[in-house]
Amino acid sequence: MIREVARQFRFTNKAFWRNPAAAFFTFVFPLLFLVIFTSLLGNGTSPLYEGGPLIKTSTYYVFSMAAFGLISACYTNIAISVVYAREGGLLKRLRGTPLPARSYLTARVLHATFVGFLLVAITVVFGRIAYGARIPGTTDTLLFILTLLVGAGCFAAIGLAVSGIVPNEDAGPPIVNAVILPLLFLSGIFIAYQDAPAWVNWVGKVFPVKHLVDAMRAAYLGAPFHWSDILVMAIWLIGAVVVASRTFRWEPAR
Amino acid sequence: MTERVIDIEGLRKSYGDLEAVGGIDMYVDRGEVFALLGPNGAGKTTTTEILEGYRQRSAGTVNVLGHDPAKGEHALKQRIGIVLQSTGVDPYLTVRETVEMYGGYYPKPRPTDEVIDVVGLSEKRDERVRRLSGGQQRRLDVAIALAGDPELLFLDEPTTGFDPSARRNAWEMVKNLVSLGKTVWLTTHFMDEAQYLADRVAVIAKGVIVAEGPPSSLAGRDQMQTTIRFRPAAGAPAPPELGQIADGGGVLRLHTDQPTRAAHELTGWAIDHGVELDVFEITRPSLEDVYLDLTDSQEGTS
Repeated sequence: MIREVARQFRFTNKAFWRNPAAAFFTFVFPLLFLVIFTSLLGNGTSPLYEGGPLIKTSTYYVFSMAAFGLISACYTNIAISVVYAREGGLLKRLRGTPLPARSYLTARVLHATFVGFLLVAITVVFGRIAYGARIPGTTDTLLFILTLLVGAGCFAAIGLAVSGIVPNEDAGPPIVNAVILPLLFLSGIFIAYQDAPAWVNWVGKVFPVKHLVDAMRAAYLGAPFHWSDILVMAIWLIGAVVVASRTFRWEPAR
Repeated sequence: MTERVIDIEGLRKSYGDLEAVGGIDMYVDRGEVFALLGPNGAGKTTTTEILEGYRQRSAGTVNVLGHDPAKGEHALKQRIGIVLQSTGVDPYLTVRETVEMYGGYYPKPRPTDEVIDVVGLSEKRDERVRRLSGGQQRRLDVAIALAGDPELLFLDEPTTGFDPSARRNAWEMVKNLVSLGKTVWLTTHFMDEAQYLADRVAVIAKGVIVAEGPPSSLAGRDQMQTTIRFRPAAGAPAPPELGQIADGGGVLRLHTDQPTRAAHELTGWAIDHGVELDVFEITRPSLEDVYLDLTDSQEGTS
């Protein structure tokens, strides 16, 4: 199984980097947004957490965009590429070979996680160099990695679940984005909000996006870490796996 | 001693009220090329996908290499190669990478370069899949199916959309596979394809088998009457009475069990009377005639 997964990972990786659209949207967007948001809104300061020390807003955005990168790499990339592979008949063909489904899906999720980690690293390093994103406390590397791992798994699973409800190739990008974009706005990824209406705060509490970015910031910048963030993501992960196991399809709709 | 590779008994498949396959019996022996011939929507792909393990049957028994394909067993998938009707390959991998990737799923893959040679893609081995022409992609489909060195190969309409020379090449390729000892299950709606490739043909129409046998004697084709069409030049005396009837444009047509004798009588008469026959054709019923006959009569009964 491990050898099978490693092999599949290698081919998935090769194909990923040769697909200019996938590589562009996954990699360029978070960095582009980071530059745009920081230029427009990044000059002030924001509290690291409610009642916590103030950090530069550019530092705030570095982690928002790192989280956005992880979500793009795992959720968006998996959902769209799986729909594409299914509608193109690729999944059906694989189904006729002895490669076990779990090896294929594991390789895909691991690859998305790998790309997500790479993006987080690039964003953080870029933020440090370009904006001097300062670290007030001490980074808890292990907690940070754990957060990224649970987050990657959670969003990859949601991506697989969503791919099952997308009827065809053309509907892929609109549906996949319609699910995630409002959440990104309501979770403070694009706009750092304070004093938001109660329902917005509820959205942040129920869905996993805000938990991911809060946990990333907390672990990296040394703020109090809330295990509830991890718990919520883990619940979403399990829920999404259950839904995906029911909605996932191997054959094109045609 | 022949070995049954595929054995089908009383196979049925319904989608709701619609019966796509209405109880068919078939078998394929090792080393045979078997062609399932029929018009679109006759049940060819449904039957094939049941054998490949993609569809669950509604009734009947199916045995492929000693396995029930509905169970989706690893052990069966390792021994078969599948060419589906529509292609699906990662467009960003090269030909060589693609064949290598699929070969790696099997316990004893054939060497990648050898497989690429068999399908005639040697010059394109480092080309990305997206840059291949439609015919080349189809050959890659076959290469993928061969990568695991299967005993049994399913080819679902392998040459649909090919130009005539690409079809010829594909046929030669299938002949090569047979010489390697593979068993081939082929579906097609081309008569000439079935005639050229298949050892045995079954004609399916509306989900039932209407005829089965070697292409040369399908549905008694070998015992059917031969048709002779001829037209004496204008002003010729009446030809001998051989049961001919008018066929339009002054052409006469007759059907006979003794074509040699009839032809001899006709040409003898023509020479004796100094008459030239400006149309003179002798035709055995083609597989296409038999096929159209079979599938038409089936249409009529519905």
